[in-house]
Amino acid sequence: MQIYRGHVLICAGTGCVASGSKKVQAEMANQLEAFNLENDIKIVETGCHGFCEMGPIVIVYPEGIFYCQVKMEDVKEIVEEHLLKGRPVKRLLFRDQMTEEMVPHYRDIDFYKKQNRIVLGNCGFINPENIKEYIARDGYEALAKALTQMTPEQVIDEVKASGLRGRGGGGFPTGLKWQFARDAKGDKKYVICNADEGDPGAFMDRSVLEGDPHALIEGMAIAAYAIGSDEGYIYVRAEYPLAIKRLQIAIAQAHELGLLGKDIFGSGFNFKLNIKEGAGAFVCGEETALIASIEGRRGEPRVRPPFPANKGLWGKPSNVNNVETFANVPRIIAKGSQWYAGMGTEKSKGTKVFALTGKVKNTGLAEVTMGLTLREIIFEIGGGIIDDKKFKAVQIGGPSGGCIPEQLLDLPIDYDSLISAGAMMGSGGLVVMDEDTCMVELARFFLNFTQMESCGKCTPCREGTKIMLDILERITKGEGKEGDIELLESLAKTIKSTSLCGLGQTAPNPVLATLRYFRDEYEAHIKEKRCPAGVCTALASYSILEDKCIGCTACARVCPVNAISGEVKKPHKIDPAKCIKCGACAQACKFNAIVKK
Amino acid sequence: MERCNCRESQLSGILARYDGQDGALLNVLQDAQDLFGYLPEEVLEYISKHLGRPYSEVYGMVSYYAHFNTQPRGRNLVRVCTGTVCHIMGAPQVLARITEELDISIGETTRDGTFTLGSVPCFGACSHAPVIMVNDDIYGRVTPSKVAGILAKYRSQEAGISISSLD
Repeated sequence: MQIYRGHVLICAGTGCVASGSKKVQAEMANQLEAFNLENDIKIVETGCHGFCEMGPIVIVYPEGIFYCQVKMEDVKEIVEEHLLKGRPVKRLLFRDQMTEEMVPHYRDIDFYKKQNRIVLGNCGFINPENIKEYIARDGYEALAKALTQMTPEQVIDEVKASGLRGRGGGGFPTGLKWQFARDAKGDKKYVICNADEGDPGAFMDRSVLEGDPHALIEGMAIAAYAIGSDEGYIYVRAEYPLAIKRLQIAIAQAHELGLLGKDIFGSGFNFKLNIKEGAGAFVCGEETALIASIEGRRGEPRVRPPFPANKGLWGKPSNVNNVETFANVPRIIAKGSQWYAGMGTEKSKGTKVFALTGKVKNTGLAEVTMGLTLREIIFEIGGGIIDDKKFKAVQIGGPSGGCIPEQLLDLPIDYDSLISAGAMMGSGGLVVMDEDTCMVELARFFLNFTQMESCGKCTPCREGTKIMLDILERITKGEGKEGDIELLESLAKTIKSTSLCGLGQTAPNPVLATLRYFRDEYEAHIKEKRCPAGVCTALASYSILEDKCIGCTACARVCPVNAISGEVKKPHKIDPAKCIKCGACAQACKFNAIVKK
Repeated sequence: MERCNCRESQLSGILARYDGQDGALLNVLQDAQDLFGYLPEEVLEYISKHLGRPYSEVYGMVSYYAHFNTQPRGRNLVRVCTGTVCHIMGAPQVLARITEELDISIGETTRDGTFTLGSVPCFGACSHAPVIMVNDDIYGRVTPSKVAGILAKYRSQEAGISISSLD
């Protein structure tokens, strides 16, 4: 094996690719060759580091120097200065937003300091397309331990004792779910991975699939051994082409080394793994709908019971878990349940990966120990709100979740505390919103989503979400009436209690949560015909600040309906009767003299 | 007719690949769409006949899943993310600019067949919101003013291809 004196890790996750990491990588190869370093320094294409905001990310080892927002033009300098002469390129280091100081090492950056990266432990450090790198980080050791030293019951007991709960959102105890599938009678059983990450604003599963696919494969193999299955399916969103490609490579490599297939580790245990590509239906994230889709039918959910543990794929006992849940399993088996149960809160153990996005300075993936507060995640890991605007709420749990206002930011995060606050863990999307977000419009946005994704099988979800959406659309257009709020609440209650599956049962949550904490915004829309955040166009009004307007006439010239009048070099005026609220004037004004209310 | 025969032989290849497999319908439809770009009626009829499934079931699958389309697509597919993060970071303004620039709405194709406009609930690239994807290229932090430049790139690429093919 060739020994290199240094390694350059270049992120090839979707975020960094979007900001140009492929070009950086190609240029790096060119420059290494130009400086005759190709036999000294090795380029490693890694998965996602989670700090997508700062991409493309390049890390140089052995020093562990973290370069961010690297452009093609910067590569030569890195090679010449750092790799050849040993002087890190200071201008490309991460700069702390508070202190303005440069932070050369990964571990010292605020974004990572409060994190506890277990599931994401390998993401960004190994080449996901090379199984040997996973094995070098103790990969497949847990599978070997389970197959050669433990009985299936011991594996289940270990997962139970760890306190691991389903990371897809429901939070059902994983060990118990496995027990049900093990106890179910049947000669053929299936293990299914739900990688149909459909919640807008959630991309933690994608990062695991792209950055550490073998962790999922190993977790599924352990689950299969535990429940007595010999075949598994991974149901992946078709919007994740890179994830699908990496999984295919990983499965083929595992087969080659005998880590999948027949008689694994000489234990007599066989396991075959298939990939099934989704076709764009959000409801397929529901386990019975997902099974229907694998069976090649319309992905419509069905009544439970019978639960998939008894009657799942092709009527056989099946166990469905999410990507992050499976990725936790090898760590639990390798390090023991006591280690895992030592982290977290009383009822929620271990860590959770959150996708931190929206109006926050540092966006990306953050894996934290359960029980950390939202304030720590948003203001310490996330670095606070963009432009230091005022925090309004954080949306958690996607279209099925709710929002948490300022006064609850010190809530320690776990499954149960979030439910009691009217939200839910969901898959882990955290969308931060500032004062410029209208909560009524946000509720409308989510209802529009769930209404479109409703499969139409059951009436409460199909018809109910449509009526709720109609009401919300009216309110945001300034046509809300007395009684709308009460009607929304009553519809929400009915839809929640009578829908067939999780989609309908949780669809009203965004409305209920915004009503709970931001009822005044609904009332302002309905009673005063006013949008406090200035988002709802129909309710907006533009006006010119006299003291700021210098009379440059830029606004009057762009106004498509000639609603702006005034003499040159004198403050202008907008005629509200003519104004169509297109906002062109505000965009054209260079003096911030036009305000939207 | 010749084109039809050609389609038939390609389709029979796809069907042979999944011969006897349970739940093959979804795979067959996905592969057929990859091949033809869309799923016209005659393709669905062929699949229905050869898989022995009622046409209603085949059509039901196509209408159920967002990925399937029964109309021919343009040569470039522009997809706008309409997920939560992109929504609050300005996707509606970007979408408005694109519909204006191309003069089509979501689901439509420009008359010259250059672009089809679509939307996706989330690409999972939320750190770069708002995001659009043209074919397999992802563009992050798109603003309305960047739209024309991005689209122009694909227009000129096409022009380049047609000029070189004339040579």
